[in-house]
Amino acid sequence: MTTVSSRPVERSAPSVQKTGPLAWSQKHLFNSVFNSVLTVVLVGVIGYALFNLFTWALTKAKWAVVTGTFSTMMSGLYPSGSYWRLWFILGMVLTLSGLSWGILARNQKKLFTTPPLGGIGLAALLLVLLPMTRPYLLYSLGLLALLAISAVVGQALGRKVPSAGTYISGGWFVSYFVMLYLLGGNTFTDSMLYTVVAQIGLGILAGWLLSTLITAATVTTWLGRLGLLALGYVVGYYVLGNVLYAPLVGLGLSYSIFLILMQIVGVLLGVLLIWVFSDAQTLQTIGRVALFLAGFVGVFALMGWLPKQLGLEFGLETVRTNNWGGLLLTLFLAISGISLCFPAGVLLALGRRSKLPLIRTFSVAYIELVRGVPLIAILFMGQVLIPLFLPEGMRPDSVVRAIVGLTIFSSAYLAENVRAGLQAVPQGQAEAAQSLGLNKPLTTSLIVLPQALKTAIPAIVGQFISLFQDTTLLGIVGLSELLGITQDLLASPKYLGTYAPAFVFIGAIYWVFCYGMSFGSRRIEEALNTDLR
Amino acid sequence: MAKHSTKPISGLRALFRDERFWQVAFQVIVAAVVFAVFSYLFGNLTRNLARRGTEFGFAFLKNPAGFDIGENMLGYSTANQDSYAKVIQAGVINSLRLIFVSVITATIVGIAAGVASFSDNWLVHKISRLYVGLIRNVPLLIQLIFWYSAVFLAAPQEANQFVLSAFNTNFLIFNNKSFRAIGPGLPGEIWVGLMLLGLAALLFGLLLNSINKLRQGRYAAGIAGVIGRLGSVAVIVAVVVADYFLLFSNSATDNLFFKGAAIALFTNPEGLWIVGLIALAIAYFVIGNVRTKAIVEQGQDGKALLGVMGAIALVGFLVFILAFNWNAPVIGETGRASGGLTMSIRYLAAVTALTFYTGAFIAEIVRAGIQSVSRGQWEAARSVGLSNGKAMRRVVFPQSLRVIIPPLNSEFANLAKNSSLAFAVGYPELYNLANTSLNQTGKPIEVFLVVMAVYLTLNLLISLNMNQLNQAVQFKER
Repeated sequence: MTTVSSRPVERSAPSVQKTGPLAWSQKHLFNSVFNSVLTVVLVGVIGYALFNLFTWALTKAKWAVVTGTFSTMMSGLYPSGSYWRLWFILGMVLTLSGLSWGILARNQKKLFTTPPLGGIGLAALLLVLLPMTRPYLLYSLGLLALLAISAVVGQALGRKVPSAGTYISGGWFVSYFVMLYLLGGNTFTDSMLYTVVAQIGLGILAGWLLSTLITAATVTTWLGRLGLLALGYVVGYYVLGNVLYAPLVGLGLSYSIFLILMQIVGVLLGVLLIWVFSDAQTLQTIGRVALFLAGFVGVFALMGWLPKQLGLEFGLETVRTNNWGGLLLTLFLAISGISLCFPAGVLLALGRRSKLPLIRTFSVAYIELVRGVPLIAILFMGQVLIPLFLPEGMRPDSVVRAIVGLTIFSSAYLAENVRAGLQAVPQGQAEAAQSLGLNKPLTTSLIVLPQALKTAIPAIVGQFISLFQDTTLLGIVGLSELLGITQDLLASPKYLGTYAPAFVFIGAIYWVFCYGMSFGSRRIEEALNTDLR
Repeated sequence: MAKHSTKPISGLRALFRDERFWQVAFQVIVAAVVFAVFSYLFGNLTRNLARRGTEFGFAFLKNPAGFDIGENMLGYSTANQDSYAKVIQAGVINSLRLIFVSVITATIVGIAAGVASFSDNWLVHKISRLYVGLIRNVPLLIQLIFWYSAVFLAAPQEANQFVLSAFNTNFLIFNNKSFRAIGPGLPGEIWVGLMLLGLAALLFGLLLNSINKLRQGRYAAGIAGVIGRLGSVAVIVAVVVADYFLLFSNSATDNLFFKGAAIALFTNPEGLWIVGLIALAIAYFVIGNVRTKAIVEQGQDGKALLGVMGAIALVGFLVFILAFNWNAPVIGETGRASGGLTMSIRYLAAVTALTFYTGAFIAEIVRAGIQSVSRGQWEAARSVGLSNGKAMRRVVFPQSLRVIIPPLNSEFANLAKNSSLAFAVGYPELYNLANTSLNQTGKPIEVFLVVMAVYLTLNLLISLNMNQLNQAVQFKER
C-alpha cells in the first residue's frame, strides 16, 4: 500500500477480474496459509462426517420406526375411517394458503419464482420417493396441485377484487372453526362452528342491516332513549342489586322491599342516563347501537332455539381429544396458541404502554411474572392447578388446558415484541393523527398499531416459531403430540433403541415448519415494505 | 344541533364528557373485574383445598422426603431422613451447576460461530450459517432427548468402555453411564461453595446498584420517590441478609443445608488455595490497570509491571497445577471406573443440548452486533495495518458489544429457564425434584410458588447484572 501521496500516480490498466472456479477458490478458500490449512482440515472432517452419515442412513439405520408408524406419527390414534376429514382440512388450509399467497403476490409479475417452485417440486419429489407417503400419493399430489392452482386463482382474484384480502382473512377465521368441528365431530348445531357462523355471523349481519335500514331520526332518537333506559335498568337492577344484596338484605331489609327498591334505582338510573345524553346526535347514535344489539341478540337467540325445535340433530361422529395425536395435535396446539396469544399479546403491550397507572401496573406484573417462570412449570401446573381454581367437577379437557398454558406463556413474550414495535413508531405519527381529529382508540388501531406490527413482524414470527417448538414440551406433560407419540412408539418393544432415526425424522419435520415460517415472514416483510429505497 | 352545542354544559353532564373521568372510571372497572375474577378463582381454590382436606402452608418442607436423588452435591440421603427443604436446595444447586456451565460454554460457542460467519474462508462461513439454520429450527427438547438417548446412551457399555490413557494415566474414561476426566479433585463442598460465591457476587452487583441509586438520589418527586427510596433500602437489606446466608451460613437449624461459601473455602486446604488464587487474580487486574494508566498518562514502557504480572500468572498457574489434588480416573478390579472429575451422561446431555441450542441464538446476536459496526471501522483498522483477526478482536468486536449485550441478557435468562428441560432426561434439577415432591406431598401450589420464586430471583439477578454490564460498555457521552 502506498502511503506517500506526493509520488506521481502510476497509471495502468485496471487489473482484470479473474473468474472461474480456480480463481474463486483461491480467493475464498486458499487466500492465506492459515486459511488453506483450515480448508483442507475442514474438507477432511466434513467429508468423513458426510460419508459416515450416509453409510449410517443407508445401511445401519432402522427406518422401520418411521415407515411402519407413519400414520400414527401424523395423526395419533385418530380413527382411520375418519381420515377423510383430515384430508378435507388439509385441502381447505392449502387452498386458503394458495389464495393468500396469490393475493399477497398480486403485484409481482411472476408468481412461481424459483424458491416456491423449488419447494413444491421438492415436496412432490419427496412424496414420490419416500416409501411411507406412497399409499397416499394420489391425495397428496392432488393437494399440491390444489395449492398451485389456488395461488394462480388468488393472484387473478387479487388483481380484480381490491378487498380480496379482507375476505381471505374472514375465510381463515371461519376455517379454524370448520377445522375444529371436523376434528372433533359431534352434533352440528351444538358445535362452535354453528355458533360462530349461524348465530354470531348472522346476528351481526341482522344487526347491521337493521341499523343501516332504519335511519328515521325520530325512531332512532326514541330507540336511543329506550336503550338508555334499558341500560340503566339493567345496571341498576342486576349489577347494583348483586353488589348491594349482601349489605342490605344481610342487614335486615326485607327481600321484597329490596327488589322494589332496586327496580326504582334501575329506572332512576335510566332516566339519569337519558338526561345526561340528551343531545339529538348522541341519542341517534345510541339508538342505532340499540338497533344493532336488538337485531344481533334476536337472531342469536332464534338460531340457537330453532334447530332444537325442528329436530335438526345431524352431525359427524365424535372423536375425543385423547385420540388426537402426532403432527395433527402439534399443529392444532400451535395454531390455537398462536391465534389466541396474538390478540392477548397486543393488548398487554398496549396496556404496558398505557398512561393509566393501574392498567400499566397490571400489564407489567403479568408480563414480568410469566417471563420469569419456565414454560414447563406453567404447562405442568396448568394441568394440575387449573382444575383447582375452577368450581368442583369442572375439569377442562387436557388439550384445552395445554392451550391455556401456551397462551399464558407466549402472550407475555409477544407483548414485549409488540412493545418494541410500538416504541419504534415515532411520536409524530400519533400527534398527526390526533391533529386530524382521530380519537385515542382510532389513532392506536389505524395509525400506530399497523406500523408497529409491521416493524415487529420478524420478532413476532420468531415468537410464533418458538411457540411451535414449545409444543414439544406437552409431550412430557402427557399429551401425545409429535414428540410424545414418538416416545411412546420408541417404548414399544418392536422399535426399542431406534432413537436416532425417529428423532432425525421428527426433527426434520419441525425444521421444515420452522424454516417455512421464517421464510414466509421474510416474504411478508418484503411485501409490506414501503421503504422506497 | 347548533342549539345544543352553544349551550354550556355543566355538572354531571360535563363530568360524563370529560376524558379524565372516563380514564379513572375505566381503571376502576378493570380493577373491579380483576378483583372479581381473582376472588372467584381463590374462592374456588379454598373450597377445593378444604374438600381435599389439605391446608395451605409450608410446614411440609420439614418433613422427611422418602425418595432418592440420582446426583446431589449436598450429601442428601434418605437414610438420614432428610427433609423436603434439603431436596429443594439440592435441586437449586443442581440447576445452578447446569446453568453456570452452560452459560459459559454457550457463550463461547455462540461467539465463535457468530465471528466465524464473517470469516473470509467460504467454508467456515457456510458451516457457521448451517449450524445456526439447523439448530435454531429444531426444538430444544428434541435435541436434548436426541443427545441423551441417541448419542450418550449409545456409547459403549461399561464392559468395553472408552479409555484414553497415556503415561500410565487415564485421561478420560467414557461409557454409557458417566464421563470421567482428569481434573482437580475438590470436595463437593468447595464446588457448592464456588457456586454460592458466584451467586453472592451477582447479588453484590445488585447491592452496588441500589447504593449508587440511593447516593445519587435520582427518584421521582412526591410519594413515588419515597416508595422508590424505601424500595432501594429494602433491596440493600435483603441483599445483605441473602449474601450473609450465601457466604456464612453453616447450620441446618436455618434449614440451609449447604456450607456458606466463605466457610467452605476457609475450612478446606484446597479452599484456601482458591482464596489465594482469587487474591492473585485481583492483584493481576489491579496491576494491569495501573500499568495501562502508567503507559497512557506518563508514557512509561511498563516493562517492570509486566514482569510482575507474569510472575503472578506463573504463581497462579503453579497453584492451579500443584495444589488442587489433581486426580485421574482409575479402573478397579471389576472394570468399574472411579475417581476423576465425573459427570453423568444426563448432565452431559443437558449441557451439550443447552450449549448448542443457546449458542446458535447467541451466534445470531453476535452476527447482528458485528454487522452493526460501521464498515469504516473495519477499513480504518485494516488501513492502520491490523490483520483481519486483530481488527476483529481489537476494534470491531469491542464496539459490537454495545449491541450484543442487551439481547444476550434475555438469551441467558432463556437458558436459565430452559435448564428445567433437563427434567426430560432425568437430570435431578430443581423442576424435576419439585415435581416429585409435589406428587409425594400433594401440595402443588406451595411447590409451584417455591419454584417460581427461585426462577424469578435467578432471572432478576441475570438481568440486573447484564444491565450493569451493558452500562459499562455503552458509549461514555457527555
